Amino acid sequence: MSHRSATPASTPQADLKGLSASTAPVWREELRRLSPLFILLGAILLIAPLGMMGDIVLERRVTLALVNLVAVVGLYIFMGNSGILTFSAVGFMAIGAYVSALTTLNPMLKQTFLPNLPDWLNALQISPLAGTLAAGCVAAAVAAVVGWPLMRLSGIAAAIATLSLLIIAYIGLGNWTSVTGGQTSLMGLNTWVKLWPAAIWACVAVTIAFVYQETRWALALRATREDEVAARASALLPVPLRLIAFVISAFVSGMAGALYGHFLGTLRVETFYLDSTFLFLTMLVVGGQRSLTGAVVGTFAISLLAELLRLLEVGIPMGPVALSAPAGLGDVVLAGVMLAILVFRPQGITGGREVIWPRRHAPTPKQKEETQ
Amino acid sequence: MGYVVQVIVDALSLGGLYALTALGIGLIFSVMRLANFAHAEFITCAAYALFALSGHPLVMAVSAAVLVAVALAVLTERVAFRPLRAADQATMLIASFAVSVLIQKLLIFAVGSRAKPLDPLPVLAETLNVGGVQIGLLKIVTIVTCAILLLALLFLLKRTRLGLQMRAAAEDFTMSRLVGVRADVVIAVAFVVSGVLAAAVAILYAAQTGFVQPRLGVQIVIIAFVATVIGGLGNLWGVVAGGLLVGMASSFLQAFLPADLRPFREAILFLAVILVVLFRPNGLFPARGLKERV
Repeated sequence: MSHRSATPASTPQADLKGLSASTAPVWREELRRLSPLFILLGAILLIAPLGMMGDIVLERRVTLALVNLVAVVGLYIFMGNSGILTFSAVGFMAIGAYVSALTTLNPMLKQTFLPNLPDWLNALQISPLAGTLAAGCVAAAVAAVVGWPLMRLSGIAAAIATLSLLIIAYIGLGNWTSVTGGQTSLMGLNTWVKLWPAAIWACVAVTIAFVYQETRWALALRATREDEVAARASALLPVPLRLIAFVISAFVSGMAGALYGHFLGTLRVETFYLDSTFLFLTMLVVGGQRSLTGAVVGTFAISLLAELLRLLEVGIPMGPVALSAPAGLGDVVLAGVMLAILVFRPQGITGGREVIWPRRHAPTPKQKEETQ
Repeated sequence: MGYVVQVIVDALSLGGLYALTALGIGLIFSVMRLANFAHAEFITCAAYALFALSGHPLVMAVSAAVLVAVALAVLTERVAFRPLRAADQATMLIASFAVSVLIQKLLIFAVGSRAKPLDPLPVLAETLNVGGVQIGLLKIVTIVTCAILLLALLFLLKRTRLGLQMRAAAEDFTMSRLVGVRADVVIAVAFVVSGVLAAAVAILYAAQTGFVQPRLGVQIVIIAFVATVIGGLGNLWGVVAGGLLVGMASSFLQAFLPADLRPFREAILFLAVILVVLFRPNGLFPARGLKERV
């Protein structure tokens, strides 16, 4: 981390605390600044083994939660730091998923499912790791091109423009039959995304997001989020700042799409449309869209809730009778929770704060005064 | 020549439907700055009400559809959107997205996700022969209904006290409250009108497609949504123009695009949307007073 001038805090109050505590040793402050990253990585590595404590279904659910985490972190990198609502993240996931599928599929299979593929693409077969990185890179490149004009927009115009992007990606991929298979599913993907690979990629995504949000560009971007006019007056140009976040966000989303494809083993364009957009938005908003901790907490909270609802739908044995909820109730409850959080706690569970290691030294006189 | 007339009639009837939908969304946006995605479910639920009463007399089915859409509109305003009035536009948009998904999932939960056949207006299935051109009666009725509803709304907005208050609220909400406009009433009326418009769209659209399914409204609203932005959110005439424009563009693309590009019709449409938003972020006919002052 080379940019010492930036502070990790995402709220003004935390900034003030950081200033008043200059008495602590520098190394301890630096470590404390990195503590959100370590705590979040620790949480991921603690939650992942839970998947091994039950049957294969539980393992799949935990793996899915970790893959979803990569997607939500991708959404967060742009939405959290810029404060601009975006619908296009799932579109970048779709691009990533198809890039990874087309570059890693066995040429024999490609010949069968997609006979009209260009020869060079048909012959290409790269490793899963390279495929995932390629997915991120292609998504990022697309984001750089389409994002450059779009980043001037904010508010409702940006939401509509990114929604249009999502729809274009959906229609484009769904009808580009010679390359994507169109409305039919693309089958036979290598399902290498098991529990631990998913956990490692989740850690990679969280690290990318954290390193980015510690840079001066992210700090400047958050300044434009809080007050665009004041930021402009301080010589911060929103467009390039937003573009950086948009491209990094698309990179992580593209990787998430690749993971998704190799988790499911089958690709359908419908997977990457409004339903998953709503799911990821719910996870981010419920957790708190202004902090990385919020993205992680929201993903795990919604995944846990969804899992409990699924168990309820299957039926919980209670003595002679099984307590079970009708199928489809889970989706209703999830949407209801999303709405309730928005109405009663619009800043999400974390309220936009990062989880951070508490200070161990005695409070400064000023802080003492405040507590009295 | 006959083909061109047919295409124009198709374009007008589709454009009229989008214009009515866009108007329902635009009306609410102008009084409370809410881009209401849940408008889709007002339409879907009205269509399901029609379906539930499909054996009964038409008057009953239609009034049930209107009643359901209006009740739903007023209910969502009271429960979901009133607490969020002070929130920013993006939060309200996400909230309306949540309301939309909630109602949609409830519908799937209650009636299943399969499409159900529905023919609310069988009398209109005939075609007219106008000067050698075959034109569906339904298309004509759609165009006429859209025109009548637009005129009725114009009367409401221009000639009644309530309309005056609504226009005042659309122009400057805070100021209108200061001079004695009752905010709750104006917003409630906007939702009622938007519910009526949604029911009208539901009846006409269900008659055209012949079936009803839980995603029926979303298909229309996604397009009407961008129409409102193209036209200029906050400006009701702009919104109507945007709806007509998008509907006609969609029909013309469908009619005149080469066959192998036709599946990409909507992608081209949305590309145009992005271009409009880029060069005119406030729409082709921007509303006054939208720009934030510092």
